[in-house]
Formats: sequence, structure tokens, C-alpha cells
Amino acid sequence: MTTYIARRLVQTVFLLFLLSIILFGLVNLAPGGPLSAYGQGRRLRPEQAELLKRQFGLDKPLPLQYVYWLVGNDWTRVDTDGDSVADAPGSRLGILRGDFGFSYRTRQPVLDEIGQRFPNTIYLMSITMLLALLIAIPIGILSAVRQYSLFDFIATTFSFAGQAIPEFWLGLLLIIIFYVWLKNPFTGEPLLPPGQMSSLEGEFSLPDRISHLILPVLTGALGWVAWYSRFIRSSMLEILPLDYLRTARAKGASQNRVVYIHALRNALIPIVTLVALDLPYIFTGAVLVETIFSWPGMGRLYYQSAVERDYPLLMAVLIIGAAFIILSNLLADVLYAMLDPRVRYSE
Amino acid sequence: MADLAAIKGTPEFPHPLESQVNLFGNVWRRFLRHKGAIGGLIVFGLLIALTVFAFVSPYDPEASSLSERFEAPSAAHWFGTDALGTDLLTRILYGGRISLAVGGIAVGIALIIGVPIGAIAGYYGGKLDAILMRITDAFLSLPPFLVLILLAAILREVEFPLFQRNSVFTISFVIGILSWMTFARLVRAAFLTLREMDYVNAARALGASDARIILGHILPNSVGPIIVEATLQLGYAIIQEAGLSFLGFGIQPPTPSWGNLLSDAQEHFIRYPWLAVFPGIMIFLSIISVNYIGDGLRDAFDPYKMLEKVGEYT
Repeated sequence: MTTYIARRLVQTVFLLFLLSIILFGLVNLAPGGPLSAYGQGRRLRPEQAELLKRQFGLDKPLPLQYVYWLVGNDWTRVDTDGDSVADAPGSRLGILRGDFGFSYRTRQPVLDEIGQRFPNTIYLMSITMLLALLIAIPIGILSAVRQYSLFDFIATTFSFAGQAIPEFWLGLLLIIIFYVWLKNPFTGEPLLPPGQMSSLEGEFSLPDRISHLILPVLTGALGWVAWYSRFIRSSMLEILPLDYLRTARAKGASQNRVVYIHALRNALIPIVTLVALDLPYIFTGAVLVETIFSWPGMGRLYYQSAVERDYPLLMAVLIIGAAFIILSNLLADVLYAMLDPRVRYSE
Repeated sequence: MADLAAIKGTPEFPHPLESQVNLFGNVWRRFLRHKGAIGGLIVFGLLIALTVFAFVSPYDPEASSLSERFEAPSAAHWFGTDALGTDLLTRILYGGRISLAVGGIAVGIALIIGVPIGAIAGYYGGKLDAILMRITDAFLSLPPFLVLILLAAILREVEFPLFQRNSVFTISFVIGILSWMTFARLVRAAFLTLREMDYVNAARALGASDARIILGHILPNSVGPIIVEATLQLGYAIIQEAGLSFLGFGIQPPTPSWGNLLSDAQEHFIRYPWLAVFPGIMIFLSIISVNYIGDGLRDAFDPYKMLEKVGEYT
């Protein structure tokens, strides 16, 4: 197992390297290059643009630029005043040392920007995912145990529908229902707020926080509930006919004990890996949900950065997001092997 | 041949490989038994017909009429009118052409990239396979929707002939080049099994070229999983276009698409909810019908049995 994990980690490094080349090429070969978005509204004079180009090292050949971006340029000298003479040591540390540069939009270090939004996204997405699992697991179990019953039929139809509803549309519908139509019977105000993490004025209050959570969490959770419940159903259906459960019944275990203890434990193994594969969303967030509900998280940050083509920030989110995806894949495989002794990876 | 036939060789469910002649006859019969799939086929067929015959509508999808802004649904305007006084139903029908076309073209592009990569990787194996699969892995490690946004944001500024200002082709292209990976993996898995079959060896012994074996002998037998996956990817592509256009990175107004109709609705839906309700219903109907069709096809082809054999699908 250790050898397997070590080999996978080496592959991960290689994959990230490949990805960094793809992303770097994509942004730098974009028409106008990365600087085309730097001016942000006000137009750069040609000589200004030229100066910026030199300061950013954009006059260097692409492979060299890539090296600077990756490992920094503090070991070389750069031309800071545009007179074609390299006069000062470079100041960039490179992404390998955690320097993702400065955001074009706010002029803040990219990692600071991400650090401010990251907790909000974890907060939203982890609650969404937990709720989705809490709803999906019982639905999945029941529809497997009562296969082809009315409940199963409804759950299956719901699952198909849930996977087909675009989340941004669901978000709009929920706002229409809970903000426009339904009113709080005591105050006459809208039942639920249509966005933000908390009311702007006033101090922290738990009911306020929760009321702001309900709509985005419901919107984000529906797709996951639909998808997980279907998965749990088929996972249970594969396990229920197995001999070891018949043995358990023969030894006098009650139906509930057989289903919820003996069968569920094994049926949940694939779910663990499925959830592990969805973990990257806890970092990248749900762009559409966060945009609709003005949630100050990673997804909305990414959207705003894309609107203004804030390349340093977009690159950072993508690289970190890809690293999360690759590591979650590894985590899923390792968990699968740990939980299911029948699985053995060739070493 | 023997072991593959053993996977599903009952008279009721003959394995596709056993009876090449009426492969699609068998598939069709099993497909017809799936009620959801038939329903999906009917709904999806209706949606396509409606968008194709959008021109029967008496209204112009891009004409504005300021005296008729935000009219609620009525006998004259079944779905009401939008912020410019245009008939919403007409815009939805024309928008459907765009949304469905983007879905179809995107899947086509994904097929054109994914199938050859999978076929070459699976057929030749070795180093070539390793390289192609690492590239596939790299693409699979990208957060798809985020990269889609980045690509569309970059291409929005471009004026190349085919890529003008996020044309239908641009959007289909970016969705397509981010969704070919499943096809590559499926086709590779099918090729890994099929290339060892006796009939392939026989063809090789008779002197058939690699190209002929790949195109004429192996590919036709792996068509089942490809069709199933293509159907599911169609729904995925439609939802991706809608999401992208909703954020403003997709199809640009005044050309309507289901996604940008919802995006337009965002400003006004609090007071005029029908603007947000109807385009969403169309997206929902097309995706759910496509998913049901895909489900029926999956049961009919039962292609994953073949993939389980090589451990690609569990």
C-alpha cells in the first residue's frame, strides 16, 4: 500500500506539472496576452504597456516566463525602469513557493484574496454536503429494501428530476417562493432572505445566519441528494442478496439489524469514495449557487475574476482546484482499499 | 468469443456480439420495454419539433415593442413578454434551437476527439497508451465548469471567423474539448477487450491493415457504450451551456438561448416570475428526457458488462 501511495504521489506531481503547462499556455497564448486585462477600463499608454511588459517579464520567451512563474525570478535580475538594462533582483517567488502573484482586480496578493473567501465556501459547502448525505442515505436504503414499491418509484422519479433541474434555475424558483410569495406571518416581511451570508446591519445572530443558509444549501443539496440516493440504492441492491446477510438472518438477526448494520456498512464503502471525489467542491465552491445568492465565497470570487479576466487569480484557483481533485482521487482509492479488504492495488 | 457470449447469452437477451445482423433490432426491442425511455424519446422529439418549427410563431424573436413590456401570460402571449416586449414563447423556441444545437455539436466534438484517442490507446497499448491516458487524466483533473468559464471569458474577446464573440460554435467547442475524456476511456476499455478476440486475429491473419481492423472490425462492436455515453453527455452539454450563458459567458444576446433567457430574467424575475419559470422548464424537460433515453439505452445495450471485464467500470 505504501508503495502504491508513493507511486501515485509521484504521478500526482507529474500530472500537476502537465496541468500547469496547459493552464499557463492557455492564458499566455490568449489573444492580447495576460496584460490585455490589466488596464481594467482605463487604457494603458503604449509606453506604459511596454514598461509593464518588462516589469512582468512578458518580453522574455514563453518557456522562461513559465520557469519564472513556477519557481520565481529572485535568482535573476530584471529590468524595472524599462531601459533594457536588468537593474534589480526579481521579486517573485513562484507558485511552488506559494507566490501566486497579485490580483489585477484588487492589487492584493492572490493567496490573501483566496484566504478571505475560502472559509465562507467551506462553511456553505460542508453543510450542503452533510445535509445531502443525511437525506440521501435513508432514501437510498428504503428504496433498495422496498425495490419497486411506490416509495421506490417516487424516489427514483425524484432522483431523475433532481439531476435534471439546473441548480441556478432551482435557486431562482426558491427565491420566488420563499422571498416573493411567502411572508413571515408575524412581521409581514419576506420569509427568507434572497442572498448574502448575514444581514448587513446588526451583530452576529444564529437565527439570522441560518435563515441566510437555507436557500443556498437547499439549492446546492438537491443535485447531490438525487445523485447519492440513486447510488446508495444500487449499492444496497448489490449487497442485499449476498450470502452473508442470509447467514445473519439465519442466526436470528432482525431485519432492521441486517439492513442497517450488516448491509449498510458495506453499501457505504462506495459512497465514501464518491464523497471523497466530491470534496474538491468544498474548495472551489459552486459558482452558480454562490453567484445567485451573492455568497462571498470562492465560486463567486472566481466568477468576478473571470468577468474582469483577473488571470493570476483564475490560475491560482484552477491550479489549487486541480491539486484538490487529484488528491481527492488518491484519497478515494486509498479509502476504498482500506475499507474493502477485497481490493488490492498492484504494487 | 465464448467468454463474451457467456456474459449475456440467454435467448431473451442475446449478447450483441452473438448476432451482429440484428444488433439494433435487439437493442430497439429492449429499448421499447423501458417506459421512461419511450416517454423521454417522445418529449425530446416534441422539443426538437417545436424548435424546428419555431417560425410558425406569429412573433419575431428579436423585435421589441416597448408598449408590451412585461405582459403576463395571456391568450396572445402564452408565456408573456420580456423586458423588451418580445413574445417569450417565441424567444424560448428560437433559444431552444441554439441550446440544443450547442448540445449536439459539443457532443460531436467530444466524440471526434475522444473516440480516436481511446481507439489508438486501446489498440496499440504500450507507451502510446500511457501517454494518451496521462493526457486524459490531466483533463479529468481540471475543475470542468471553472475551466469552461475561463475559456469562454478568453474567447469572448476574440474575433476569429468561427469563434466570433462566443458564437454557437465557440461554446460548443469549449464544452466539447472538456468532455471527450469519458469517450476516450470507454473506447479504450472496449478496444482492450475486443482486440484480443479471435475474429480480430482472423482479420489480421487475412492481411487487414490496422486502420481497417480499427474502423471496420472493432469500432462497430464498441458502438453501444459510445451511444449511451453520448446521450448522457448531451444532457450534460445542454446544462453546461445554460449555466455558462446564465453567467454571461455563453451565447450573447440578442441571440436567445435558454441559459441567457434565464440570465436576462435575473434582473426582473422578482416582479415578473414567468420570465424565470418558462426557460427553466424547457431546460429541465430536455435534460430529464435525454437522461431517461440514456437510461433506456444503457439497459438495452448493457455495455458496462464489457467494461467490468477490464476493470474500467465498477
